Amino acid sequence: MIAEIGHFSLILALFVALFQAVFPLIGAARGNRAWMGVAEPASFAQFLLVATSFGALTWCYVASDFSVLNVAQNSHTDKPMLYKIAGVWANHEGSMLLWIFILGLYGAAVSWLGGNLPPALRARALSVQAMIAVGFILFILFTSNPFLRLDPVPANGEGLNPLLQDPGLAFHPPFLYLGYVGFSMAFSFAIAALIEGRVDAAWARWVRPWTLAAWCFLTLGIGLGSWWAYYTLGWGGWWYWDPVENASFMPWLAGTALVHSLIVVERRDTLKAWTVLLAIVSFSFSLLGTFLVRSGVLTSVHSFASDPTRGVFILALLAAVTGGSMALFFLRAPRLKSGGLFAPVSREGSLVLNNVLLSSAAGVVLLGTLYPLFMDVLDLGKISVGPPFFNAVFVPLMVPVVFLMALGTQMSWKRGNLTLALRQLKVAGVAALAALLLTWAMSRSLGASAAMGLATWLFVGTISNLFNRLKPSRLSLSEVWRRAAGVPLSFYGMILAHAGLALVIVGITGSTAWKTEKIQVMHSGDTINVAGYDLAFKGVEEGVKGPNYIAARATFTASKNGKFIADLKPEKRMYEMPPRPTTNAAIHTSAFGDLYAVIGDPNESGGYVTRLYYNPLVPWIFIGAGVVALGGLVSLGDRRYRVGVPSHKVNPKNPVHA
Amino acid sequence: MTLRRNFVCVCAVALVLLGLQGAAFAVQPDEMLANPQLESRARVLSEGLRCPVCQNQSIDDSDADLAHDLRVIVRQRLQSGDTDAQVKQYLVDRYGDYVLLEPPFKTSTLVLWLGAPLILLAALGVALVFYRRRQETSEDTQRPLSAEEQKKIAALMDPQDDGRKGTL
Repeated sequence: MIAEIGHFSLILALFVALFQAVFPLIGAARGNRAWMGVAEPASFAQFLLVATSFGALTWCYVASDFSVLNVAQNSHTDKPMLYKIAGVWANHEGSMLLWIFILGLYGAAVSWLGGNLPPALRARALSVQAMIAVGFILFILFTSNPFLRLDPVPANGEGLNPLLQDPGLAFHPPFLYLGYVGFSMAFSFAIAALIEGRVDAAWARWVRPWTLAAWCFLTLGIGLGSWWAYYTLGWGGWWYWDPVENASFMPWLAGTALVHSLIVVERRDTLKAWTVLLAIVSFSFSLLGTFLVRSGVLTSVHSFASDPTRGVFILALLAAVTGGSMALFFLRAPRLKSGGLFAPVSREGSLVLNNVLLSSAAGVVLLGTLYPLFMDVLDLGKISVGPPFFNAVFVPLMVPVVFLMALGTQMSWKRGNLTLALRQLKVAGVAALAALLLTWAMSRSLGASAAMGLATWLFVGTISNLFNRLKPSRLSLSEVWRRAAGVPLSFYGMILAHAGLALVIVGITGSTAWKTEKIQVMHSGDTINVAGYDLAFKGVEEGVKGPNYIAARATFTASKNGKFIADLKPEKRMYEMPPRPTTNAAIHTSAFGDLYAVIGDPNESGGYVTRLYYNPLVPWIFIGAGVVALGGLVSLGDRRYRVGVPSHKVNPKNPVHA
Repeated sequence: MTLRRNFVCVCAVALVLLGLQGAAFAVQPDEMLANPQLESRARVLSEGLRCPVCQNQSIDDSDADLAHDLRVIVRQRLQSGDTDAQVKQYLVDRYGDYVLLEPPFKTSTLVLWLGAPLILLAALGVALVFYRRRQETSEDTQRPLSAEEQKKIAALMDPQDDGRKGTL
């Protein structure tokens, strides 16, 4: 019954979305307020219906209703409640339902918070939003229905892949989708603006908070996924340039460029066509990511060709969205007149360079991800494009980005002074040089020294930017406080996000350059020294019972110079349903790095294969990613972007053309 | 190969990005060479070699049987005195370019390797065109004011006028 309610709600949502896609658009074209106005209740209705549908599937999972095929295939009564719920989106059909649930959520949020939007713009944006919903609901109903029944009903479910039974991965998909789908907002507003033929500072001010929110979620989603890979997969890697990872990284790169180019549109009323294009591209990347992961095309082009229903549907959706919006773009973009001027050496100028480099990076990742597919399809032979390629092309693009991040933010708007900006970065330059030399003295690694120097340049440069603004060394405390309160939140957001990236770079450098690895067979009582830590193997306790697995749990006692540090208890688990083994690393984290222990199989002599690592500075990758996302969040709190705050309405008769 | 099949399922299942390679136990102690120099060369080599039956995993990371066999072959070749390039060539002769995680530079990969600098150049070109056009429009807006505009300004600046008379 519940499943049928979910199914039925979804069908109703389709009709509501169709209605919402058509009437507000016609209303906006005719200037008919009433027709435009239906977008608002329609978006609420669509959200409620999709939420009901999503809630129904969640209910089926919580209640372990195995008469529903999707639940039977992906759940089990013994699973802890968290993973029963996470099981909803840990499979194809359920995750698509989550996709449109979030789409509906964003649509309703526009209606709820967007009271100050011009009615035509809002009507058109909501209509575009509904068109996307129509496409995806059709996709679910025709190719990926999660509400199909099963007869006869099995006694229990097949369970969830144990790798997915993890808190990091339980929350990773919702965050990722909040990011992916969030870019649909920028997309819908971009299409609405193209239809109207008008993009102005006010438009940028409306679009930026949505884009920023999506970007924060995507940052968190990618960070969570990377963290999960790090502690789950058992050898301390955190990024593999896997096509599935790239699928989420491309929208992130394009979205990062978009968040920055929107600043220029808002400030200078220029770079409009480019920004609209980026909004289209960011969302297209999100769709492409969905296609790459969903269609099976990555596993093999041929397996895709043999069962192409889903893949072809998403490909068609991708072609319609990207092709349609690109056609509209080339038709209308020439109409977008640019306003304000700025010199290439200025804050805007460095944002332009940021966009050049970030979009090139997104393009390069796209090229590397799709190239093997194209070669295979065109029968040019099978090749692999792996980490060595991506590192070789991506890192050279990121070095100037990081260098400019410290420099560009010191420049003044419109016309900057390079000498003045560099003078303000004196401290950062000295600190960077010191970090470079210190790293060289310690490691003799050129790459690591350069990276540490660059990270210091960015970190100190960013902090000194804050100092220049507040001048704590020259002014009285109360004056500094007064200034600090007057600085807009978006400035603090920028400081946090940029400093956070510096931390990420430090972590990446540490883990790549100075990782220590010891692989050996150990017997109870053996001690191995890893990067100055003594790890004493105390043996393995077999048959430790978990909620739905049995584990072999090893104990290592870590000490440094005879002083006890911590006990590490890595496990090898055998899950009951599905019967699959996992290795669960034990990690002891300190500010300087992670002690990372994994236990393997026993051998004939009663010893165990053990893998012990010291991963220097790795925690800073994930802390840094969190700080970056926090920066976005703080920026979102800025008065100017707070949705609902009356913005300075642009006088239509006298638009701001500086 | 149930493991691989399961792995493929996981990938299909998960939207869920991050390299669902499956908890693995790659290099085993009994595979490792006694000579630390050779062993470290073997590790570097195997990080750049793809496990042909896995999804985007190096033989160093993979726990597939074939990856194990290849790790052993790499070490045997090194022990018999092969250079790193010879070891790679040995595997390419048997498994094709597919086994290299860094694609070789040749006609069919020309677009891939030259693509990166070309994309950057194209993006820089777009920025350049943007600045050029801006300059043209700025020259356009910097033309001297017409007589009528001068009059309007004068009216606006007139201290006796409260400013409402002249509208721009």
